[in-house]
Amino acid sequence: MTFNAVKTTRRSFLAGAGLVIGFTLAPKVFSASAMEGVPAGGDKGLSQINAFIKIGPDDTVTVLSKHIEFGQGPFTGLATIVAEELDADWSQMRAVHSPADDKGYANLAFGLQGTGGSTSIANSYEQLRNAGATARAMLIAAAAAEWSVPASEITVEKGRIKHAGSGKESGFGALADKAATQTPPTTPKLKDPKDFALIGQELPKLDTVGKTDGTAVFTLDITADGMLYAVVAHPEHFGATVKSVDDAAARKIAGVVDIKAIPQGVAVYADNTYAALKGRDALAIEWDLSKAETRSSDELTADFAKMVGTKGHEAANTGDVDKAFTGKDVQTLEAEFVFPFLAHAPMEPLDAVFIKAADGSVDVYNGAQFPGMDKKVAAQVLGLDADKVRVNTQLAGGSFGRKAQFGSPYIAEAAAVFAATDGNRPMKHMWTREDDIRGGFYRPMYVHKMRGAIDAGGNIVGWDQTIVGQSIMGKAELDETSVEGASNLPYVIPNLRVISHNVSLAVPPLWWRSVGHTHTGFAVETFVDELLQKVGKDPVEGRLALLTKEPRHTGTLKKVAEMADWGSAVPEGRQRGVAVVKSFGTYVAQIAEVSIGDDGAPRVHRVWCAVDCGVAINPNVIKAQMEGGIGYGVGAILFDAVTLGQGGKIVQSNFHDYRSLRINEMPAVEVAIIQSREAPSGVGEPGVPPAGPAIANAWRRLNQSPVRRLPMVNVGSV
Amino acid sequence: MITFKLNGQQRTFDGDPDTPLLWVLRDFEKLTGTKYGCGIAQCGACTVHLDGTTRRSCITPTSTVEGSEVITIEGIDGKEAEAVRKAWIAIDVPQCGYCQSGQIMSAVSLLQLTPKPTNEDIDGAMAGNICRCATYHRIRQAIHDAADTMEG
Repeated sequence: MTFNAVKTTRRSFLAGAGLVIGFTLAPKVFSASAMEGVPAGGDKGLSQINAFIKIGPDDTVTVLSKHIEFGQGPFTGLATIVAEELDADWSQMRAVHSPADDKGYANLAFGLQGTGGSTSIANSYEQLRNAGATARAMLIAAAAAEWSVPASEITVEKGRIKHAGSGKESGFGALADKAATQTPPTTPKLKDPKDFALIGQELPKLDTVGKTDGTAVFTLDITADGMLYAVVAHPEHFGATVKSVDDAAARKIAGVVDIKAIPQGVAVYADNTYAALKGRDALAIEWDLSKAETRSSDELTADFAKMVGTKGHEAANTGDVDKAFTGKDVQTLEAEFVFPFLAHAPMEPLDAVFIKAADGSVDVYNGAQFPGMDKKVAAQVLGLDADKVRVNTQLAGGSFGRKAQFGSPYIAEAAAVFAATDGNRPMKHMWTREDDIRGGFYRPMYVHKMRGAIDAGGNIVGWDQTIVGQSIMGKAELDETSVEGASNLPYVIPNLRVISHNVSLAVPPLWWRSVGHTHTGFAVETFVDELLQKVGKDPVEGRLALLTKEPRHTGTLKKVAEMADWGSAVPEGRQRGVAVVKSFGTYVAQIAEVSIGDDGAPRVHRVWCAVDCGVAINPNVIKAQMEGGIGYGVGAILFDAVTLGQGGKIVQSNFHDYRSLRINEMPAVEVAIIQSREAPSGVGEPGVPPAGPAIANAWRRLNQSPVRRLPMVNVGSV
Repeated sequence: MITFKLNGQQRTFDGDPDTPLLWVLRDFEKLTGTKYGCGIAQCGACTVHLDGTTRRSCITPTSTVEGSEVITIEGIDGKEAEAVRKAWIAIDVPQCGYCQSGQIMSAVSLLQLTPKPTNEDIDGAMAGNICRCATYHRIRQAIHDAADTMEG
């Protein structure tokens, strides 16, 4: 079988249109074109109306997404916003990734280009409404000039531009070139939200079809003539470095091309993936552990716990907490929670393709969550000016935070692997699942120490929480991401103290779907539930009584209680638990129905979920993110931990001991969206945090045993 | 030299016979719809049909497919495949989409064997396919929907 790669210099010019259109129309393809990487920015043959919108002669409207599509729906959501203000028909909408540009395509919440914090819709909403309305005005101006009629008499509806008086009518395509040369209005008129025709509809997703027939292109699918396949041997201890390598056996393996030491380990280059993997297996490497983390997870837990009570960073301190705990007839409750390291484990492991063009510039293809950062880092490692590197963001097989990293360490590794070659062969660098599970950048371990005080009247009067763990942001001072959800506790408790301790480890930390809320949501929502139970209050009513300043928490909580018919009889052998967490501006309440499974582990039957994310751009996508967030949260809470064994060696390696939720463990999920006129907020992460505590609260009612240490199920032996 | 039928066409492979079928499909045949997810038959992203039943191509040495018929996501057709794809699209099952080739190959096989599956049948047939986006809720629904359309 032959495979003719388009020459890199022509690739970006030629490959766009076919792929963009193929992506949504998705003919069944066996041809080589399906394997090309998708150049950023879409087809250059289209008329560029503004930074976010291109229009084709066939009337297609291509939205340039500054956010990566890895399943959370920005292609569809962002195209919906544009189509709404443009008065386009949904069938003409397309989406592609924008080029990397930290200025023009900055996430307005970050100040650089990036996807994360469930901000894609929130930060783009006004920007893309304006982009769509601007493009609409420019199309109208073009039509007015073309037809010599007043612009004020022209209407646009479902992709058709019309002038009633003259009977003239056109699609967008015929006027696109002319529209592109019009002066954009300084303040385009936006629609009144009550007139929205597309926002709020369950429009079909733009990226579904190509994901049902194998034609959607992910980074790992990119091939090019003469491509090298590279893998890197990494240490099994964090902080370890290569002391010596014996590569004699590896070099004898057919297909192995070269082996090089790089700062991150030992790179093996081969003519195909299997030869690269076999070559890596055949390496004999001695590692230098002198700077490695050699403590086990149990030792780390003990060391973390010792920090409680020492001086930390004060994240909240209202009232007089010490006094609240020593008041007359005060009852107290204490708890210590231990949270493990969590790997993100996206289905597509980290990967990147590097291809050098004839002029020495380099195309990088990867699932870029911080494209501008990836570009800078790749250029730096390759010794090129940043304008000589093009980052082409590809669809990614999940991320959950894994691909958003300051300093882009993964791209630094991939670039180092490429830089160690002569650069004349295109190169694909991939991680295996083992590299992924053992690769660090975990949701950090945390220990929470909680104390609650209840007065003689049964009121929660004191809350004292200490959180010990790594600062995800690498701060020496208070890191808000360590305490979010706790320091801004939604419950009105007069005496509140939250203390944070940062610890420093050789295990690199990272945000993981819902960041600090992964642990604060669990600790807060299980602990408040226990306090309420201690005073005989209903978990829903008790929460509502403490949420006097939080109408949107209250709205979701009441809604979810209504959905589950809270208070009605629960099937024999089951219990229900509730939790409500605000994260990333979105409010989510969940009720989980749980029993004890045959194996003694929790069996989660159903989850009801109410979400308030402001204006619902696409209810179908919102529901999907809640369903998926719940599944991700349930899996983690039940099964997941990366542990360091004796001597600090990483224990887990793949899906057999880092368990993912499977279909037979997935609860039935019912989602309701609260109607709202508030500005839209994100949905990628907020479905995760309430799932764990809702389950744990049900579990405590089932067997009177509170959940203090995660995961709930011990997977394999440690 | 290993000879096998791939999506209806006769193919040969003369590389290392231990090479897992997954990498022959992806690196040599350039059929990249079949995905790598774990390499140890834990996730199902690499699922193909081998002589009519599901097989994890990541642990299948290519030497063992001599004379066999391999169908990948690019080549799967028939009424079950059509019904599954339509059902998948109708309710937008995929999120990131990376595991969906494997999910669909398993779902098609299930419907070929069990045209009217129960939830338990679905759990049994699909439990080997991990979806980290947890689209399971919709996978279950789409399989029921596909079964209904095949019946009707």
